[in-house]
Amino acid sequence: MEDGQGVYVHLKPGEEMRMKGIRWLIVVPFLGMLGGIPFANRVKPYVLGMPFLLFWVVLWVVLTSLILWVVYRFDPEAREEEGK
Amino acid sequence: MNAALAVIGVFLLLAFYLGVRARQGKDMNLEQWTVAGRGFGAIFVFLLMAGEIYTTFTFLGGSGWAYGKGGPAFYIIAYGCLAYALSYWMLPKVWKYAKEHRLMSQSDFFAHKYKSPMLGVLVSLVGVVALIPYLVLQLKGLGIIVSEASYGKISPAAAIWLGVLAVTVYVMISGIHGSAWTAVVKDFMILAVAVFLGIYLPVHYYGGIRPMFEAVEKANPGFLTLPDQGMSVSWFISTVLLTALGFYMWPHTFGSVYSAKGANVFRKNAVLLPIYQLVLLFVLFVGFAAILQVPGLQGSDADLALLRLSIATFDPWFVGVIGAAGLLTAMVPGSMILMTSATLLAKNVYQVFSPSTTEERVRKLAVYLVPVIALVSLYFTFRGGETIVALLLMGYNLVTQLFPALFFSLFKNQFVTKYGAAAGIVAGVATVAYITLSGTGIGTLFPGLPQAVKDLNVGIVALAVNLVVTLAVSAFPPKFFRFTGEKNSPDVNLDVK
Repeated sequence: MEDGQGVYVHLKPGEEMRMKGIRWLIVVPFLGMLGGIPFANRVKPYVLGMPFLLFWVVLWVVLTSLILWVVYRFDPEAREEEGK
Repeated sequence: MNAALAVIGVFLLLAFYLGVRARQGKDMNLEQWTVAGRGFGAIFVFLLMAGEIYTTFTFLGGSGWAYGKGGPAFYIIAYGCLAYALSYWMLPKVWKYAKEHRLMSQSDFFAHKYKSPMLGVLVSLVGVVALIPYLVLQLKGLGIIVSEASYGKISPAAAIWLGVLAVTVYVMISGIHGSAWTAVVKDFMILAVAVFLGIYLPVHYYGGIRPMFEAVEKANPGFLTLPDQGMSVSWFISTVLLTALGFYMWPHTFGSVYSAKGANVFRKNAVLLPIYQLVLLFVLFVGFAAILQVPGLQGSDADLALLRLSIATFDPWFVGVIGAAGLLTAMVPGSMILMTSATLLAKNVYQVFSPSTTEERVRKLAVYLVPVIALVSLYFTFRGGETIVALLLMGYNLVTQLFPALFFSLFKNQFVTKYGAAAGIVAGVATVAYITLSGTGIGTLFPGLPQAVKDLNVGIVALAVNLVVTLAVSAFPPKFFRFTGEKNSPDVNLDVK
C-alpha cells in the first residue's frame, strides 16, 4: 500500500504483495455485522441467554477479534516489526 | 459523612496523587506533555484508548439507553468493534507519518499532509467546537454520579467543581502522563464494577440473563429488537457506520495515537479491544435489569437507571465504589480533552499566526489555557439544559466530517487538494449545523422518500455532501484558486524546529 521500500528476505516481492492482500479481510466484519442486521432483527431464538439481535452483534465482535488476529499473524509489516 | 462519600473521596485523592506523581523524572517539554515522548507501549496505549472510550456517556448513557430504548442500544457494542477493525489499517499509517514529522496534534497531521497551516487552523477549530460539549457532558455525568452516590449530601455543582479542580491541576503538571496513570486505576475499577453488576443484578432479581430478557420481552413485546420506524434497521446501520468512521476523529483520541512506541501497538490493540469492549454488554444488562425494578424514569432521567438500581440494592460503601468508578470515567477523558484542546489552540492556531513563538512558549501557553478551557466548560455545564445531548450528537457529526480528508491523505497518490479538503470539511460542518440547529431531518426535508431512507442518520447525509464537495473541488487544479490572494509561494516548511 504505502511504502514500497520494505525489503523482506524471506518473501519474494510477489508473495509480499499477496500477503498484504490479507488486510482485505478487514472488510468482512463490516459486511457481516451490518449486512446481517435486517435478518438478525428478532428476539428468538435466545442464544447464551441473549435475544438473537444482541447475540448477532456479540458474535461479530468476537469474530472481528479472530479475523484481526489472523490478519496480524500473516501481515508482513507486522511480522517485520515483531522480528526487530 | 457516609461510607459512600468516604470511598469516593479516597479514590479522588488516589487519582489526584497518581496524576501529579506521574510527572516524576520527566523533563516536561511539549513533546513529553502531549505525546509522552512517543514512549508508551501496548498496555498504556491500550488503557488510554480504552479510557477514552469508556466514558461517562457509556457508563450512564449505555445503561440509560438499554433502559429507555431497548434494541437500538445494541449499536453501542457494534460501532467500537468496527472502528477497531478500521484502526488496524489506518492507525499504523497515521503513527508512522506522525513520528517521521514529529507531529503533536491531529491538526498537525492535516497541516502537514496537505501542506497548509490554514487547514490545520480549520481542523483545530472544528475539533475544539466538538470537544467542548463532549467535556460538558462528562462534567454533567460526574455531577450526577457523585450527588446520587452521596445520597444527595453533595450537590452536583460542588462535585463538578471538585472534579474539575483535580483534573485541571494534574493536567497542568503532568500532561498525558497523568491521564495514563489515572486510566490504569479507572479501567481496573470499571471492569470489576461493570462485570459484577451485569451478572449480579440479573441473577439477583430474575434468576439469570435469559429470564431477565424474557421478562422484559413479556412486559413490552418488541422492545428487544429494532422498531419498523425511527430507530429502525437503516438507522442502526447508518449510525454504526457513521460513529465507526468518526471514532478516531476525536482530536484527543487521534492525538493519543502519537504516544505509542511502535506501529504494532495498534495492530495488537485492534485484535484485543473488540473483546475488551464486551464489558459494555454488562453495562447494557444493568439497564435491562433496571426496567422492571426501578420503573418510571422518563427522558433524560433514564441515565439514572444504573445508579438508582444500585442504591436500591447495595450497602452505601459499595454504592461509593460504583460512584468512584463513575467519577474516574469522567476524569480520564476529561483530562485528555482539556489537554488536547489547549494544545490545539496554542500550537495549531496561535503559533500559525505568530510563527516566531518558541516551542517552550507554546507549551507554557497550552498549560495556561487548560484552566481557561475548564472554566468555559464549567460555564456551559451550569448554564445548559436539555440541549447538551443535541450538542453531543452535533459534536460526533462534526468530527466525522474530518474523515474524508484524512482517508484520502493516507494513499500514496494524493489526489485530493488542500482546497478540496477544506471545502469538504466546511460543507459537511455547515450541513451538520443547519440540520441540527433547524431541527430538520431527512423526513421533513423530503417527505416523499421511503421510510428506510428517512430513518438514515443525518450525519451520513452531511458526510455524503462533504465527500462530493471534496472530490469536486479537488478536480480543479490548485492554481485555479491562487487569485484568492495566496502568493505562488514555495510550500511553507512546517517541520518543528
